Amino acid sequence: MKLNTPTSPFIHAPITVTGVMMRVILALIPGVAAYVWFFGYGIAVNMVLAALTAVISEAVILRLRQRPLRPYLTDCSALLTALLLALAIPPIVPWWVPVIGTLFAIVIAKHLYGGLGYNPFNPAMIGYVVLLVSFPVEMTSWIPINTFSEHSLNLFESIRFSLFGQLPAGVTIDAITSATPLDTLKMHLAQGNTVSEIRAQLGLDEETSRLLSVIPIFGAIGGKGWEWVSGGFLIGGLWLLYLRIISWHIPVAMLGAMALLTGLFSLINPGHYAPPLFHLFSGAVMLGAFFIATDPVTAAASPRGRLVYGAGIGVLAFVIRAWGGYPDSIAFAVLLMNMLVPLIDQHLRPRVFGHDR
Amino acid sequence: MASNVDYRAIARDGLWKSNPGLVQILGLCPLLATSNSAVNGLGLGIATLLTLVISNGSISLIRNWVRQDIRIPVFVLVIASVVTAIELSMNAYFHDLYLILGIFIPLIVTNCIITARAESFASKNPLLPSLVDGFMMGLGLLLVMVALGMIRELLGHGTVFANAHLMLGDLGHQLNITVFDHYHDFLLAILPPGAFIGLGLLIALKNTIDSKMAGRKTVAVAREATPTPGTSAA
Repeated sequence: MKLNTPTSPFIHAPITVTGVMMRVILALIPGVAAYVWFFGYGIAVNMVLAALTAVISEAVILRLRQRPLRPYLTDCSALLTALLLALAIPPIVPWWVPVIGTLFAIVIAKHLYGGLGYNPFNPAMIGYVVLLVSFPVEMTSWIPINTFSEHSLNLFESIRFSLFGQLPAGVTIDAITSATPLDTLKMHLAQGNTVSEIRAQLGLDEETSRLLSVIPIFGAIGGKGWEWVSGGFLIGGLWLLYLRIISWHIPVAMLGAMALLTGLFSLINPGHYAPPLFHLFSGAVMLGAFFIATDPVTAAASPRGRLVYGAGIGVLAFVIRAWGGYPDSIAFAVLLMNMLVPLIDQHLRPRVFGHDR
Repeated sequence: MASNVDYRAIARDGLWKSNPGLVQILGLCPLLATSNSAVNGLGLGIATLLTLVISNGSISLIRNWVRQDIRIPVFVLVIASVVTAIELSMNAYFHDLYLILGIFIPLIVTNCIITARAESFASKNPLLPSLVDGFMMGLGLLLVMVALGMIRELLGHGTVFANAHLMLGDLGHQLNITVFDHYHDFLLAILPPGAFIGLGLLIALKNTIDSKMAGRKTVAVAREATPTPGTSAA
């Protein structure tokens, strides 16, 4: 039997930064499609604005730093940062919200720390937190899903609101915005209602909710509409796992830690803590687990380190959701764990072959 | 020896070369905490400047009578009495500003730059250079505080020198400039992160200017050293 074994050097599949980034952007499509379907075109407007800002600011700061434009601009990393940031902010905001957030993410969080590969904090999440801290009103004006708001904006109306702040005649900003499911849950829990009461009251089917004129906020698993968006990001994330662009460690550890903690607490006190599936399919958990926490630059490097890093994000996200001041917490959890990455990498270095430790 | 003190070097040190805010980075706590508006920065800057001048002066006067082993406690006592006097006078004459600055006025006692100047300059130099050093160091810190305060106030609220009447009376009302009308507040600039980012950018700006100047100087020296072909031919 003849074994055809070529000698080294071997050519391996050319996986470029651009290729990775483009595939991650493609993997966002199912989630974004669900987002647009349920929440209107505002999110698309934000994505375009953020992407334009990212490309322009990246080009300007590369010129200032005297770096070559072409390789850095075509690696699409700035584009991905902008898209992730746009997905994190509410669909209906003035144009300067995505623009300022993206500027901060690209210029300060990424390039002042040395550019792609050197930034210790996830730029998109820095941009999001800056916006959340600076513009609390705009950043908490979420909208209910299309079928239940009194008026859902079409593409033209979304662009007009974003650029000029004008709504169609007879529509006020209060009429088209509402609290997110996580926000609603937190508010009602604070008033002493139990989880099942809240979900029963605000999770009615369409007929009854029309009759009672209550906007149903909760769906079968998580928030109405939100569960589909989360599902879309889950599908995109699984595709990335299949392509081996991301490793399983971070998403599994993060989702596992969250499921474990939420499961434990909802078993002990089901009235006060929502069940695991509700948490996993609400807010930014799926987006965070597959697209944000897995950022290769800011995450831990070794497999064991990634398990610790992912689990840390899951634990922090649950702690902030359950007892913190903000309804959702992925950005803060990711940034806090970003700070610990050097420590994790230091202590969980893989054993070098031939050495004991 | 006292006659040939280089006052220009003292001034250059305080204002630029070893500026307390941008180079020594001493007194970070008041610098970051009270620079959320230009007036707050100016108020605390003036208080710190006065403290520095008076404490440097008194310590320079008593420097030959204080035993080496207990000099630091003595310095701290002197500084504490100066700060108490300044705090009481601010409470009397600028009461509203006093209320805004609050705990940061008594905290001037713990500002490292004051002890640092007492120990490293006033305890080794005669009265006049010590006074000048205190004034220049204080002015350097004051300028940084006002600059940072102006940047943060402009970005955060779209105004400059709002509330200036708390310090300057009626004149202050004219000084209050609204740069952008209907400005949407940018809270980050007012909150603590704005102080850290703003100071970081100011330090970066200072270092950039320094390296540009150094580059220009070496170019000039190189030009002088090598005669250009045209002139040598002539």
